[in-house]
Formats: sequence, C-alpha cells, structure tokens
Amino acid sequence: MAQADGGRVQALLRSEDKVLRRWVEAAETPLRGRLTTGELERTCSDLLAVLGEAVAGGGLDVTSAAYAGARGFLAELSRDWARRGFSPSETASAVFALKDALFAAADEDGEGGESGGDLATVLESSRWVDALGLVTFESFARAREQVISEQAEQLLELTTPVVKLWEGVVAVPLIGTLDSARTQIVMEKLLQTLVDTGSEHAIIDITGVPAVDTEVAQHLLKTVVAARLMGAECTISGIRPQIAQTIVMLGIEFGDITTKSTLADALLHAMRGTGVEVVRRRTGSR
Amino acid sequence: MTTSTGVEELPIRTGDDVVRVRQLVRARAQEVRLSLVDQTKLVTAASELARNTLVHGGSGTATVETLTRDGRSGIRAVFADEGPGIPDVDQALTPGWTSGSGLGLGLSGARKLVDEFAIDTAVGRGTTVTVVKWTR
Repeated sequence: MAQADGGRVQALLRSEDKVLRRWVEAAETPLRGRLTTGELERTCSDLLAVLGEAVAGGGLDVTSAAYAGARGFLAELSRDWARRGFSPSETASAVFALKDALFAAADEDGEGGESGGDLATVLESSRWVDALGLVTFESFARAREQVISEQAEQLLELTTPVVKLWEGVVAVPLIGTLDSARTQIVMEKLLQTLVDTGSEHAIIDITGVPAVDTEVAQHLLKTVVAARLMGAECTISGIRPQIAQTIVMLGIEFGDITTKSTLADALLHAMRGTGVEVVRRRTGSR
Repeated sequence: MTTSTGVEELPIRTGDDVVRVRQLVRARAQEVRLSLVDQTKLVTAASELARNTLVHGGSGTATVETLTRDGRSGIRAVFADEGPGIPDVDQALTPGWTSGSGLGLGLSGARKLVDEFAIDTAVGRGTTVTVVKWTR
C-alpha cells in the first residue's frame, strides 16, 4: 500500500468544529470527569490545530519532521496527565477517541463528499490516530524511566548521611548494599564533612550492611585510606559476629584499621582519642 | 539420595542483578533455616561468584535450588557464563591472585565459605561454578 498523503484525513479535519465536538464527547467518557470539559476542549482544540499543520506539512507520517511540534505536544500532554494520575491507557484512549470523530465525519461525508466515506479513509485515519496514541505511550514510558533513575539517584544521596556525633567525631551509618557508586558518594561526603567540621575522627558503621564481600571490603578500605590521608582517624564499627567470621574466611585483612563491634564502642574510642573521658556520676543516696 | 526442588534462574547482566541474586540466595537460605552465620557465608560466596560471572564472564546466569539429602536441607547455587574461561584454575584459586583490580580473594574465599565447591572451566568455553551449603 502506498504511503498515504493524508489528503482524505486533511479533508476530514477541515470540518474542525464538528470533529472537535465529537472528539471531546468521545474522550470525556473514559476520563470520567477528572478533567473539566472546558479544559479537555482546550487541549483537544490545541492538539487539532497542531495536527492540522502537521498533516498539511508531512502527510500521515508521524515520524516526519513536520510532526516535531505535534510529537512535542503529545509528549508534554502525556507527562502532564501522568503527573495528574492518569494512566497511560487513559491518556492514549483520549487520543484514540479522535477516531470516533473522524469516522463519524467520514460517514457523513460518505454521500458524495470529497473525502468519500470508504474503507480506505477509515483505515488511513485509524492508522494515523494509532500512531499518535503510541507517541503518548512512548513518552509516558520515557518520563517514568526518567523519574525512576532520578529517584535512584536521590536514594543514593539520602541513604548516606554523615552525622556529627561529638565535637570532632563524625559518623556514616551505612545501610544496604555498598557498590562503587555509593562508595564514591560516601567517600566524597565523608571527606567533605571532615573538612567542614574540622573533625579528626570518622566512624563508618556497617551494622546495616547485610554482607561484606571482597568488593565491599575493598571500598571500605579505600574510604579509610582516603580519610587517613586527610589526617583523620577512621574506625569501622558494627561488625557483627557472622560478618566477622565471613571476613576471616575470605582472608580479608583490615590491617591496622581500628574496628569495633558497636557504634557505641567506636564513639567511646573516638572520644578518648580526643581526650574526653566518660565517667558515671555517683548518686549520693547509695 | 539427593532431591532438588524450587529451581530458580536469574540472569546476571548488571550490578543490580548481582544484588538480586544475593537477595534470592538469602531468601532461600532463610527458608531452609540455615544458621545466621551460614546464611551470611553462603550469601557472601554467592555475591563473589555472581560478581565474577559479571566481571570476568561478561554476563551469565545464576541458578538456585533447594536440596534435601538424608533429612538435611541445603542450597545449591550454580553460576554459569560463556566468557573466556579460566586458563589456570589453580592460580585463580590462589588467595591474593587477581586478573582484575580486586583483592583476589573472591574465588578462593567463596570456596572456603561453602561445603561443596566445583568449578568447570575451559578457555573459550566459559566457566561454571557450583556451590552447596548444607544445614548443620
């Protein structure tokens, strides 16, 4: 079948008011009043105008350059509606509703009209509207992937806080998996905090790390060495019994790095290092 | 007599897949009530081997199944890739020897962390490592 030049569809779109009215009617039902009629009408009317231009310039080939504006409009629409909680099917259905309007228009024109209400017209316009609907689907998927990767990055930032425990003592409680990307962030944040707070003690707490394999260990060692290069003493705390046994069996050497089983021990060690001694107050009555 | 149930296969193509393999192995280990220490050992071994599959094999699969033998349960994990293979297995199993940038303790460490360890490899054919951890 030869590529349609869009002449028939263009003829159908010419009776703009009628098409618009029918489209809005058909699109309203699946949206179940979550969009006001006025708003829907404005959107449809804007889209019709953009589509009219696109058809005039690029026929029915939605991938052609003439459709750049229309594709942008649909992508924006898809993103906007997705943010308002519309599912991709609902957005696409609204676009597909244009078919109803076009078919009805083709039917009316059937008796001697210039477009001719024949099967070819119906097929042609149907394919065209399908392609438009798919554009909204694709941009929905793209927008969502973008949101997911943004959130993953945010999570990366969120899950690695550097907290000040005492004057001159900062700690990083690590939770979850420690991969290269996270290690990089932890290291950067820790080193920056050491500078900002003028701290001389850093504690890396791995209570929340489920398993320490050679990669995690290597990342930990690198972080400790980097902190040391900046003149800070670094302690690793939160080494649970099962982790300790696993590390021994793997043959990982922590060398002269101070390690403690709990964060409390590490804090006490660091405070002693800064010359602070913790003493229990004697209660007079006993 | 060893019987096996619940075979599950996961692809290893990205770093995230390594995490997924680790989670699956941990879930299975908890199911058969491996002790906390043994769970951690098996999960760590799986983590090392899955990463080896990714780093040295390019990509591959991890197959995890639950075993029963003489009233004891166990977990078998098989890591298979179609990468370049290991030219010298003895050397690869030497602690501290590395062909990459790691610590060189992964493969040798994984062997020590599990009860059964088998490696099948040939240059150009890929590598398959099978490990089993039994309940006590």
